[in-house]
Amino acid sequence: MTLPIPSTADRIASGPMTETVDETDLITALRNGDEAAFAGLVDRYTPSLVRVARGYVPSHQIAEEVVQETWIALVKGIDRFEGRSALRTWLFTVMINIAKARGLRERRDTDAAIAAFTGGTVDPARFRTAEDPYPGHWRPDEMPSPFPDSPEGSLLGNELTEVARRELERLPERQRVVVTMRDMLGFDSGEVCALLGVSAANQRVLLHRGRAAIRQVLEDYLKDAP
Amino acid sequence: MRDVREEMDCNELVELVTAYLDGSLDLDTRVRFDMHLLTCEGCESYLQQFRETVRTVGMIRDDELDPAFRRRLLDAFRDFR
Repeated sequence: MTLPIPSTADRIASGPMTETVDETDLITALRNGDEAAFAGLVDRYTPSLVRVARGYVPSHQIAEEVVQETWIALVKGIDRFEGRSALRTWLFTVMINIAKARGLRERRDTDAAIAAFTGGTVDPARFRTAEDPYPGHWRPDEMPSPFPDSPEGSLLGNELTEVARRELERLPERQRVVVTMRDMLGFDSGEVCALLGVSAANQRVLLHRGRAAIRQVLEDYLKDAP
Repeated sequence: MRDVREEMDCNELVELVTAYLDGSLDLDTRVRFDMHLLTCEGCESYLQQFRETVRTVGMIRDDELDPAFRRRLLDAFRDFR
C-alpha cells in the first residue's frame, strides 16, 4: 500500500484537545520499533479516530477495523513518513481514505445539496413579523439571555458538556463530523476542508447548523433548570 | 451587495455568527454585523451563547479506549516490527 502524504497543514492546529509538539523524536522512536511511543500515540488518537470513522461506516466494529488498518498503515509506512504534515493530519487523512474505500456508507452530500438548504437555524417564530415596525428583530418575549458562567469542572459545566455531547451524537453525519473536528478536536477550517473534500463555504454551513442545534438544546436545558 | 448603512436584522445576523467568528465575512457585512451588535442586546446575548456553545463542545472528552481494542492494536504493532 502506498501512503498518501497530505500536502496541507504543516502545522498542528491549536485547539481544545491539542498541543503543539515536535514530532521528530516520536517518529524516530516509531522507526526504532519503540512500543511505548506507539502505545502513547494509540492512546492519544484512537478514540478521536474511531469517533470520526463512525461517521463513514455503519457500525462501531467496522469503525474499529478501519482505525486498526490506519495504525497498521502508519507502522508499515513510518520509514517513508516525511514529516511534511503533522502525524495527526496524516492519521486522519489515511483513516478517512480507508473508510471511504470500504464504500459501505458512501456519503454523497454534494456541495449543491448542502447549499440548497434555505431554512434558518433559529425558530422563525422568535422574530417579529413583516407587520411589525421592526420585522426580523427578536420578539421581546423571545430575546436570548446570556448563558451563565460554567467553568470546566464545575457542576453546571459538566451538565452542559453532557447535554452538548448527547446532541452532538444526534446531529446528521456531516454536521457531526465537522463539529467534532473543528470544535472538539480543534482542527482548523483548512484542514477540515482538505480532509473531508468540501468547500470552505459548505464546511461553514455544516459547522453553523451543527453548532446552532447544540446551542438550542443548551438554551432549552438552561431554561428548564430551576 | 447591500449598502453598508443598511441595518442588519436579527434573523440575518444569527445565520452569520460562524462566519463572523471565523473571520470570513466580507468587510461590509462585518461592519453591518458589528453595528447591529452595538444596539441589540438580544443579538449580543445570542453571540455570547454561541461562543459558550463552542467552548462547551471543546470540553467534551473522548470515550475511554476499549482495553481489548488497545491490546489488538499493540499486538498488531509487535507483529509488524
